Amino acid sequence: MQRYFTEDHEWIAVEGDTATVGITDHARTQLGDIVFVELPAAGARVSKGKEAAVVESVKAASDVFAPVSGEVLESNTAIETDPSIVNDAPEGDGWFFKVRLADSGELDGLMDEAAYKAFVSGL
Amino acid sequence: MLDAIGAPSVDALFADVPEAARLSGLVEGLPLHAPELAVERQLAAMAARNQPAGDRPFFLGCGAYRHHIPASVDHLIQRGEFLTSYTPYQPEIAQGTLQALFEFQTQVARLLGCEVANASMYDGSTACWEAIVMARRITKRGKAVLSAGLHPHYVSVATTMARFTGDRLETALPTLADGAPGDDLARLLAAIDDDTSCVVVQNPNIFGHVADLSDLAAAAHARGALLVAVVTEPVSLGLIRSPGEMGADIVVGEGQALGVGLQFGGPYVGLFACAEKHVRQMPGRLAGETVDAEGRRGFVLTLSTREQHIRREKATSNICTNSGLCALAFSIHLSLLGERGLRDLAALNHGKAVRAAGRLAAVPGVELVNGPFFNEFTLRLPRDARPVVRSLAERGILGGVSVGRLYPEGDGRNRGLVVAVTETVTDEDVAAFADALGEVLA
Repeated sequence: MQRYFTEDHEWIAVEGDTATVGITDHARTQLGDIVFVELPAAGARVSKGKEAAVVESVKAASDVFAPVSGEVLESNTAIETDPSIVNDAPEGDGWFFKVRLADSGELDGLMDEAAYKAFVSGL
Repeated sequence: MLDAIGAPSVDALFADVPEAARLSGLVEGLPLHAPELAVERQLAAMAARNQPAGDRPFFLGCGAYRHHIPASVDHLIQRGEFLTSYTPYQPEIAQGTLQALFEFQTQVARLLGCEVANASMYDGSTACWEAIVMARRITKRGKAVLSAGLHPHYVSVATTMARFTGDRLETALPTLADGAPGDDLARLLAAIDDDTSCVVVQNPNIFGHVADLSDLAAAAHARGALLVAVVTEPVSLGLIRSPGEMGADIVVGEGQALGVGLQFGGPYVGLFACAEKHVRQMPGRLAGETVDAEGRRGFVLTLSTREQHIRREKATSNICTNSGLCALAFSIHLSLLGERGLRDLAALNHGKAVRAAGRLAAVPGVELVNGPFFNEFTLRLPRDARPVVRSLAERGILGGVSVGRLYPEGDGRNRGLVVAVTETVTDEDVAAFADALGEVLA
């Protein structure tokens, strides 16, 4: 499984044509305690760079942008009922939604883990 | 200054005000220059031509109701702590205001039959529009179906807003024969489809008809749509089952009838309540109960991430305030009444209205349109009601709202007269109205 990162602090884990999307540990740290997430419904279409989900912390409400385009296969209903899962494991059980990749070429512009670490340390 | 802002004239700044509502020429009887004393006398003489609601038989309703407001309401809201307080962003200095809003929300939620209510909106019409766009956000659908019995001013506000948001509204004109969601029901049911975000229905409706909304709620829910219910006379809820209990998902209303007074049409107070699962899509301020660092009960504004000062253009609404003082007046009036008092007041209104309807329908040529009603009903006159209302006013009787004022002509609507009878109406008022109506129609 290959993992990619965006400058908007989302991560994408790709397996075949399925991409799992979430927010990075860095994003979670910056937002503070997350109290609510709003996720796209299964079957919805998301477009690269367009808002796909909303995450609310005690400090702010932020959009989560789709890092790739495609059809939403599943959203993580567990974090809707218990957003603290995102606080504890943003890059694991706290994933947001899965999409079927419409164009694997969209992955080319994304960072790998080392590049993202360098990007964050430069912020 | 006009050059700097690119306006050709001062008049151009008023271009958005409809021509008919603009003053052309001089104010009647006033020269361009006159001593202050002379201006005062002239304006006082003009004001004396008004017919005040409080000193003659008064039967106007249609969304604004004259009720007796205990003098203590006005006394209490004018305390400086309430009267001059600003929006309570800082809980450490605003506990009184926040608690008052919290109690208001509790009263509104219980009255409308919902789990949660906000700290109020500007008025009933804007609350109604906000409910329509909230239903769109929840369902992600763009078509709202409005009952023909919804107040025409509320329909106007929604239509104006929808011009800019792109929401699609399906509206219809009422006829005097229907208007009950009973008769409008077939149209509403037929209009609900997979693109419908909500059905909007008023109870009691613009003609005073009272209906059971349960079937409409079930039909909307079956297609994934919401039921938005509108209440313009909250005193009715002392007798009628609340819209929330009948299955409405969002219940909005005009709170003016409790504590606020007619006030020439405003400021009023919009009521807004919904099911708790929808609370994050609700517009407006929300006061919540919490505990401070020492575990003591306290109040704060909560779920503010919905709001514009945090969420900017993604906020649920651009309302950044509430009708704080009117909401306080509502709460104080309702607290003074208590549950028992509200039921008694509602029963008093209904009883007086039933007796008045019987007396007025006995006037030759006059028919009562309604089946069930609360404190407002519609009469069908043998001719156009507007000149009749004027003739009654010349006799010192403010005898209701002619339907022709509210709607374009057609379907015999202009023969309709909507009459409200609250606890402020005496038997002598009704007798004077009935006698005068008989004379005018003779």
